[in-house]
Amino acid sequence: MATEAHGAEESSLVFHPMDQFIVKPLFGDGEVHWYTITNATLWMAIAVVVVLLLMVLGTSGRNRVPSRVQSIAEMAYGFVYKMVEDVAGKDAIRFFPYVFTLFMFIVLANLLGLLPMAFTPTSHFSVTIVLALAVFLTVTVTGFVLHGTHFLGLFWVSSAPLVLRPLLALIEIISYFVRPVSHSIRLAGNMMAGHAVIKVFAGFAAIAAVSPISVIAITGMYGLELLVAFIQAYVFTILTCVYLKDALHPAH
Amino acid sequence: MATITEDAAGHAAEAAGHAAESAGMPQLDFSTWGNQIFWLIVTLVVMYLILSRVALPRLGAVLADRAGTIANDIAQAEELKQKAKEAEAAYDKALADARSEAHKIVESTRAEIQKDLDAAIAKADAEIAEKVAEGEKAIAEIRAGALEAAETVAKDTAAEIVSALGFSTDGADVDAAVSERMKG
Repeated sequence: MATEAHGAEESSLVFHPMDQFIVKPLFGDGEVHWYTITNATLWMAIAVVVVLLLMVLGTSGRNRVPSRVQSIAEMAYGFVYKMVEDVAGKDAIRFFPYVFTLFMFIVLANLLGLLPMAFTPTSHFSVTIVLALAVFLTVTVTGFVLHGTHFLGLFWVSSAPLVLRPLLALIEIISYFVRPVSHSIRLAGNMMAGHAVIKVFAGFAAIAAVSPISVIAITGMYGLELLVAFIQAYVFTILTCVYLKDALHPAH
Repeated sequence: MATITEDAAGHAAEAAGHAAESAGMPQLDFSTWGNQIFWLIVTLVVMYLILSRVALPRLGAVLADRAGTIANDIAQAEELKQKAKEAEAAYDKALADARSEAHKIVESTRAEIQKDLDAAIAKADAEIAEKVAEGEKAIAEIRAGALEAAETVAKDTAAEIVSALGFSTDGADVDAAVSERMKG
């Protein structure tokens, strides 16, 4: 009897914190092909719909005195615009739509992913690696197009003593190629960890004795995750600006 | 006991199957990468087109319009403030002018009234003097008239008395005698 009770309790404690990240077809139960409409597709589409509602429908009034939604859109615009201008410089403004798209996609995917039953596209390395590689390629191509071989000056620290320069160049090159890795894993890791921890706490809520603590912990975690969702989008965007600055002004 | 173990084993097997399906971390299930990357690129392109073609130019225009309006309004307010200051100065000047004008008018009016008053007083004085002179003359005339009347009455009375007493006399004598007495 005792073992049975123990077994029952254990089975109620079986939780799969990683199940929320499974990519599955939205319709039917078949295999996931590249074109299959999955839950990932759904939540990315929801992000696009939110962008439409917020940035297009919300600003359709073109009000001089903004409505509430328009003022959120303006706040986002001003926030990213100032970031690009301050961090990457005035000539980086041409990348503003690109950076803004990245910011909106990440912040919306992060925030929408916090809805119960939601799927978080940004918790997947496949997504964040593509985002980070896109930034990496943009930066590298822009750097070579604008500055030619002078872009390599980014790795040649001319202010350092000559003896140290090759060593520094090696370090700089390694750090340059590590950028997309850290850039992508930081975002996906943060999103995945937060969601998984919430799921673990939610699993404990099945035990009556600890469920109040669990609910309080989930509430606290949820608030923290809201903050993390925004901060990670901000970090990803500001790092993009920092890398763009290297492409536009490679001199140390 | 055995059934429980069997159950647990079944459960474990099911869980294991589940785990195998998701390969521990669903993020590392590379069979779904193509799907996610494809839809991510679609999403990003759609979002980029929406933002760069519609939303961002519109927001930029709205913000620029607002900044322009605010700058204009501030300039206009500055101008109006300047105008108000000028108007205030003009008002003050007008007020001071009006005050001095009023003062001047009061002064001139006062002088005029004084002049009129002086003239009226002088005229009244002259009239009074004239009246006094007239009165004095009238009194003198009356006095002279009275004396003359008294003399005539006295003469007539004397003549009557003389004639009554039975003396005939001519008027001249009696008159002379009365005049003589009256002088005394």
